[in-house]
Amino acid sequence: MSSLRPDLAAIAAHVAPGSRVLDIGCGDGALMAELESVSGCDARGMELDGALVERCVARGLSVVQGDANLDLANYPDKAFDYAILSQTLQTATRPDLMLDELLRVGRRAFVSFPNFAHWRTRAALMFGGRMPVTRALPVSWYETENIHHVTVEDFRELARLKGAKVERAWFFSNEKQIGAPAANWRAEFAVFELSR
Amino acid sequence: MNAAPPLSPVYKVPHPLPLDSGQVLEGCEIAYETYGTLAPDASNAVLVCHALTGDQYLASPHPITGKPGWWERMVGPGKPIDTDRHFVICANVIGSCMGSSGPASLAPDGQPYAMRFPVITIRDMVRGLVALLDGLGVEKLHAVVGGSMGGMQALSLAASWPERAARVLVIASTARHSAQNIAFHEVGRQAIMADPAWAEGHYYASDAKPDNGLAVARMAAHITYLSEAGLTEKFGRRLQDREAKGFNFDAEFQVESYLRYQGTGFTRRFDANSYLYITRAMDYFDIAEEHGGKLANAFRGTEARFCIVSFDTDWLYPTSESRHVVHALNAAGAKVSFVELSAPHGHDSFLLEHDQLDRVVKGFVE
Repeated sequence: MSSLRPDLAAIAAHVAPGSRVLDIGCGDGALMAELESVSGCDARGMELDGALVERCVARGLSVVQGDANLDLANYPDKAFDYAILSQTLQTATRPDLMLDELLRVGRRAFVSFPNFAHWRTRAALMFGGRMPVTRALPVSWYETENIHHVTVEDFRELARLKGAKVERAWFFSNEKQIGAPAANWRAEFAVFELSR
Repeated sequence: MNAAPPLSPVYKVPHPLPLDSGQVLEGCEIAYETYGTLAPDASNAVLVCHALTGDQYLASPHPITGKPGWWERMVGPGKPIDTDRHFVICANVIGSCMGSSGPASLAPDGQPYAMRFPVITIRDMVRGLVALLDGLGVEKLHAVVGGSMGGMQALSLAASWPERAARVLVIASTARHSAQNIAFHEVGRQAIMADPAWAEGHYYASDAKPDNGLAVARMAAHITYLSEAGLTEKFGRRLQDREAKGFNFDAEFQVESYLRYQGTGFTRRFDANSYLYITRAMDYFDIAEEHGGKLANAFRGTEARFCIVSFDTDWLYPTSESRHVVHALNAAGAKVSFVELSAPHGHDSFLLEHDQLDRVVKGFVE
């Protein structure tokens, strides 16, 4: 468990054993491998980067090279118990539509993202007057894939607009889980479990 | 050409083979090669399906050309498809000419079938392969693997005999032949049939074979196996063995010389009628059509794991066709992996050196 990124570890700990899971933006398949080996899940992945897909396939995972903006449409309704979108929402062309797709293909969804309202980000913008480059958002504005920055409060609002229920939420700062109070200030990363 | 030297073991199918056309093939023979050792519980068998002009000489020298097996870089001890662990089977498809029943085989009347050989489909080829598996005592394959037409057979096996393979690896292939695919094949067939030596297919007893027609068919097809960039890099507009244009119709350009060489070499090892039959089988190929028009229905309920691989410069069976298969497998809820690999050499890339392909094949088949 400890080898997983904290947001992925939180997700792994709360996926019911034996579930059918789709990991969108699965990277090198670390979460999928954990879910298959520890929780006995049937895990499928989607990843845009062919080199990462190759690594997943080479370790025996079922991963499709595809673009989550387009290719989720090919999965039937409720094909999975969980659809997982880890640190990918902010890169989507239309995060709102992607959230709809997540809740269509999965009975539940896990969404993790870097919180743009973290105090470091606010401070960088307020006092530096420049687009923040922080521990959680390490890439400069012209290179980053994050085209739709989002805050904890923005995400709650989007979920509400979409009629999605927040089942649970976890917040992280400095690789450690923190409490919910003032999470919009204090959390570098957030993980939400949604249902509809 | 004469019937191939009977170097491979030949399996005589002990029952008439029913065909998609409604006809039946009696006394069907299947020539095959195996590599490695079958486990006592027969759980380690990997079937590799060959492409249009391929054969069973997967990882051993070709008896006519003397060249190494066509996928020797992929199959062997310690290779991605490891014969130290797996029992690898490769059989000549029916309709072909390397020892399996085809138009050059003798019909019950003692004369070559020629055009009397029944028209076959990809699924008929797989029926023959399944009969061979029965004969070898392989109930369930560890994996079925194929590139190009071999991938079509792998998909067909998965669709029609879903319980016979645990893993299905499909490389540079498609679930249906497109109008463009059919068009190129028709050019090849017309080249053969326009050759006076073809003689309506009755050339086996004659000294003159439709080699010119077959060579042209191969030349046209060969272009579709390569990429434009690959051809440019290899030949450009360079002239062949001359300093200046000769203002004649010799093979002036290197690319012409190369294609002529490919065409002529091909006639030494391939039967023109087989080329007609196998290209026809490929043109008929459309798995969705066999399953009520919906490709996903072909794979519903399957428990096999699939891996689909395409190449970015393959314009014969482009990535879009592989994605079409992947989407259908997703819709059917099948376990599927898909990756588009980058390679400069077009469709033929699956036969060439490619480290990423090796890792994908090794990881998936292991």
